[in-house]
Amino acid sequence: MGIEVAVEGLTKSFGTQTIWRDVTLTLPAGEVTVLLGPSGTGKTVFLKSLIGLIKPEDGTVRVDGVDMVNDPDRRVFRARKRFGLMFQDGAMFGSLNLYDNIAFPLREHTRKTEREIRRIVLEKMDTVGLAGEEKKVPGQISGGMRKRAGLARALVMDPEIILCDEPDSGLDPVRTAHLSQLLIDVNARIDATMLIVTHNIEIASTVPDNIGMLYRRDLVAFGPRETVIASEDPVIAQFLRGSPEGPIGMSEEKDAALLAEEAARAANRPRPVARPIEIPAQLRPSPGEPERSGEIRHAARVDALLPSLPHAAAEAIRRGRVATAEAAAVAAAAQQAAAQRAASASQPAPQPETHPAPQPPPLPPEFRPPGETP
Amino acid sequence: MTTPQMSVPGAAALRQTGRLFALAGTVLAMTFRRPFQLRELIQQFWFIASVAILPTMLVSIPFGAVISLQVGSLAKQLGAQSLTGGASVLAVVQQASPLIVALLISGAAGSAICADLGSRTIREEMDAMEVMGVSPIQRLVVPRVLACTAVAVLLNGLVSVVGVAGGYFFNVELQDGTPGAYLASFSALAQLPDLYVSELKALIFGFIAGVVASYRGLNPRPGPKGVGDAVNQSVVVTFLLLFFVNLVMTAIYLEVVPAKGA
Repeated sequence: MGIEVAVEGLTKSFGTQTIWRDVTLTLPAGEVTVLLGPSGTGKTVFLKSLIGLIKPEDGTVRVDGVDMVNDPDRRVFRARKRFGLMFQDGAMFGSLNLYDNIAFPLREHTRKTEREIRRIVLEKMDTVGLAGEEKKVPGQISGGMRKRAGLARALVMDPEIILCDEPDSGLDPVRTAHLSQLLIDVNARIDATMLIVTHNIEIASTVPDNIGMLYRRDLVAFGPRETVIASEDPVIAQFLRGSPEGPIGMSEEKDAALLAEEAARAANRPRPVARPIEIPAQLRPSPGEPERSGEIRHAARVDALLPSLPHAAAEAIRRGRVATAEAAAVAAAAQQAAAQRAASASQPAPQPETHPAPQPPPLPPEFRPPGETP
Repeated sequence: MTTPQMSVPGAAALRQTGRLFALAGTVLAMTFRRPFQLRELIQQFWFIASVAILPTMLVSIPFGAVISLQVGSLAKQLGAQSLTGGASVLAVVQQASPLIVALLISGAAGSAICADLGSRTIREEMDAMEVMGVSPIQRLVVPRVLACTAVAVLLNGLVSVVGVAGGYFFNVELQDGTPGAYLASFSALAQLPDLYVSELKALIFGFIAGVVASYRGLNPRPGPKGVGDAVNQSVVVTFLLLFFVNLVMTAIYLEVVPAKGA
């Protein structure tokens, strides 16, 4: 079971340049969170601050009673063993081959025999699709493979908190989709708290339970996936649409003149009819995987939150859940059909084992957007 | 809450010095923390010895010869030719040998250590190690510093012997010195504490070479150029420190240990 990471009032600057200030958020236990933000807003610095590699000037990061920012090194080192961090370019040890790289944490921190280590390492390498590459050294493989090897190494200790730094950069879209699915499956299996730092909108809109966004030295949004996607905030809306129009410029922010010019252009143009933003279905564990207990807890948490949310946000959550449920139903039907085909094709053979796809948590029966009082 | 950034001139240099000393202290403390990285130590020891032995020997022969020739010709002018041996032995054992060893360890092994650690740092390997709860200082730096120190101490013996032998050869063969007088003057002027302080110097110089190389390797500027600069600086800084520490140690030694016969 994952553990909660509570960040409070975190502020970091390099010299006179403030990276971000007063960031307060909580990564709920076992839930998947994505941290978005334009390039150069200090997402990686934030990730490294969570694990105590970078010491912010102010604020606390609490992980099961340990303050990763201010506590003495000895305690921080011990707490780090509960983390798995996937670095942007893998950060594999160049002098060791992939097998030894992935076995490194096991050999350092456990008393497992070589046989056990071998079993675990091969299993994790198989999980990330690197079976058969054990003998290669990091210099011989592509960036995407290094990244996957980095993930395998992060997973090998069965961490309670997994931090992924841009898991998608340098990967093709198919591998990115596989990796997203893999992250969700891992979460279902070990119920680890996950934070994914990315600027990939596909991952941000389908994978997480919660989304946060860093922009211009502030955490401008943090909340359930659906509410952030449906947010009307110009920064978030521009970022999620990948549109050049909006407050985000090529350098970090546009200047006033450019914004005014843009507003004037927009005013002259016929405004497109406002339509509700589509909330995509959330990715679900693969067939055969257990339910995500994080998802169930998240649903309960959001249900409790619902009455206090504005109407639009609650509506977005409802649409997101409906989409997820529909997608799950379609997937289950397709799987059943495939199983039946397989069964009819090989009638005398014993029934092939079918794993039902895990079902999403049900909509609460009393679910009704606030404002629609009977 | 945040402390204001001080901009006192020279503060940066002081900060660097402080960090260097902190690293040296951490290395000493971590040396006794288990698990001890024996394997890494042996590998590093072997590596440093293999890159340092040959150049050290090749440098020490002409160095011993030069000292011997210079002292020999000076002694001849003064009419003290019979003491040439003792004088050149003192110069070789006390001064030349530890310095040669340290300079070559810093140049041959320190630069390699600095480049190795530096490239690991910019590839985030150090961060990765820390994230996995393994201290890079204990795991990588301690074995390297200990290996530098041990190789320096052992090589110092070799260089002393080779330097003295070279001096003997040149004095006896080229300057027509008397072998008997050369050897006899050893015990007339030199004493055992000369050898002890020589080994102590080698130990401290080797430690400095290892710590400085590791410190620069752990803190390079970002990018491959940063690593190159770090290697360059590590060698220069080590040289400066070596000559300064040598001055201090020599001064103290000459104060504390009376010269033989005095």
